[in-house]
Amino acid sequence: MSAGAGATATAAVATPSLRRVRPLTGLRATGIAGMVSAAVIAVATFAAIFGPLLAPYNPNLPNLSLAWVGPVGGHLLGFDFQGRDVFSRLLAGAQSSMLGPLAVVILSMAAGALLAVFAAWRRGAADAVISSGLDILFAFPGILLAVLATAVFGAGLTAAAIALSIAYMPYVARVLRGVALRERTQPYIAALEVQGSSATVICVRHLIPNMLPLIVAQGTIMFGWAMVDLAAISFLGLGVQPPQANWGVMISENQTGILQGYPLPALSAGLCIVAVVIAFNVLGERLFAQAQAAGR
Amino acid sequence: MLAASLLIASFVIFAAVYLAPGNPISALSGGRALPASSIRILEQRYHLNEPFLAQYWYWLGNVLHGNLGISITLRENVSTLISQRVWTTAGLVLYASLLILVFGIGMGIVAGLRPGFLDTSTLVVTAISAAVPAFVAAIVLILVFSVKLGWFPALGNGTDFVSNVQHFTLPAIALAFSALAIVARVTRTSIREESDREHVQTAVSRGIPARQLIRRHILRNAAIPITTISGITIASLIAVAAVVETAFSLNGLGAYLVQAAESKDLAVVQGISLVLVTAFVLVNLLVDVLYALLDPRVTLGSRAQ
Repeated sequence: MSAGAGATATAAVATPSLRRVRPLTGLRATGIAGMVSAAVIAVATFAAIFGPLLAPYNPNLPNLSLAWVGPVGGHLLGFDFQGRDVFSRLLAGAQSSMLGPLAVVILSMAAGALLAVFAAWRRGAADAVISSGLDILFAFPGILLAVLATAVFGAGLTAAAIALSIAYMPYVARVLRGVALRERTQPYIAALEVQGSSATVICVRHLIPNMLPLIVAQGTIMFGWAMVDLAAISFLGLGVQPPQANWGVMISENQTGILQGYPLPALSAGLCIVAVVIAFNVLGERLFAQAQAAGR
Repeated sequence: MLAASLLIASFVIFAAVYLAPGNPISALSGGRALPASSIRILEQRYHLNEPFLAQYWYWLGNVLHGNLGISITLRENVSTLISQRVWTTAGLVLYASLLILVFGIGMGIVAGLRPGFLDTSTLVVTAISAAVPAFVAAIVLILVFSVKLGWFPALGNGTDFVSNVQHFTLPAIALAFSALAIVARVTRTSIREESDREHVQTAVSRGIPARQLIRRHILRNAAIPITTISGITIASLIAVAAVVETAFSLNGLGAYLVQAAESKDLAVVQGISLVLVTAFVLVNLLVDVLYALLDPRVTLGSRAQ
């Protein structure tokens, strides 16, 4: 295929590049709520990367004489049930709290998008097999699959994250399959096929980039779900193992403080989860509306 | 489709445990060394020397007869252990579902029909509460209503119906909290969409009274998306109940599943997973039946879009 033919083809059909994501302009269009959410996510990401370095005290050093002591000079949020600095533990816990959902989003989106595009492209038998396989996967709620995985392979973030990725995949694939099917009938795909581009090239270079805004929006919303479910698994004692700091672990290990009148350690960890999940939900909803408006 | 889903789900549950690292004999004996004769008896009783599919077949046959095996930690029938705990979970999920259906749909209808301050505040409140995980809701509810106000007990099951309702109120609210917000939001959106449709505008101009308009023209049409989201969220409660039961020390299936997962009591894990997956699939089936009742265009077996 000569370069000239490619240029005419792009000119003849609506240029796909116009619909690609441009992060900064796109973010401004999500409005104030979207930008505030992005800021919250940025802070949480910063804490996840540099948290252990920023922590003013050792997050894992217990001092039982300070157990349940409230906020005092230099210790913003006081001490937890073992007398560890709560603020330092929140910062250190950001890493495992954010990394787990990130892995779930990447794994489930990659596998889901791949299956969706394959099913939509081949249609027929391949589509039927993939669709009914996904329908069966719907029978497993995410948390249940994660508990099953940790029972079999041992407690830990890895088993829980992989199980959740599998449970989320059908939700991703169902939405993306519908979009890919619609995109498949667009004239630019037919034009590329007539020019002799291979299916892989069309999918990787054109189809998937055109679905990218929707993939990003769905991944953002899914991050919130994954954070809630993984924190729940850690709260149950089947995910991140203490003494490692994690927001879900911090709630479960400081739950007795609620009954004894020292709610701050558990509440502050809960607040971190809620703030980050609200941010991902709001931003995801805005991005979703944007992607749908652009797709019309 | 239902039977196929359940069959494959049961296969996945069996295969997962079969693939678990470790020797089944030492799992059964709890790690103690056994004489060769006892090992032979165990191998025979659990068909351990036979091929994988044959083992699955025996297991499935037992399951269909209500025999889920024996718990290695409590030395009791898994079916008995499950039947002792199933009502706690069922009661909790039903209570929470009731809250979701009454308050979630109620809030959504009111917000959808009355644009303005009420609508905006509902949107903000539900955006926040939709992001509150069940265990965070649990600790806040315990703090406010048990520790500070002393209205409800913080932990454990009740003894009779009245005390059970008291003990289950906070857990049910915690379980319903985020799902209720999601149902309210979707209800509001679909009510708003239906109200803007042309046939509703026509009915308004024909002077049809508001009550009839809402019931016949708006709610009837909005019922499909509301049923979908209620079904999805209520089905998801079945798994999330594990978190709430653990947070409130309730003696339910989910909390027991978590204990069994920690102590690697795999027969219990298998049994409870199977019960929960079955319940999950049945709720989804119920939603499909509801579709067919609500919308004559939908025939059973095809999902409404």
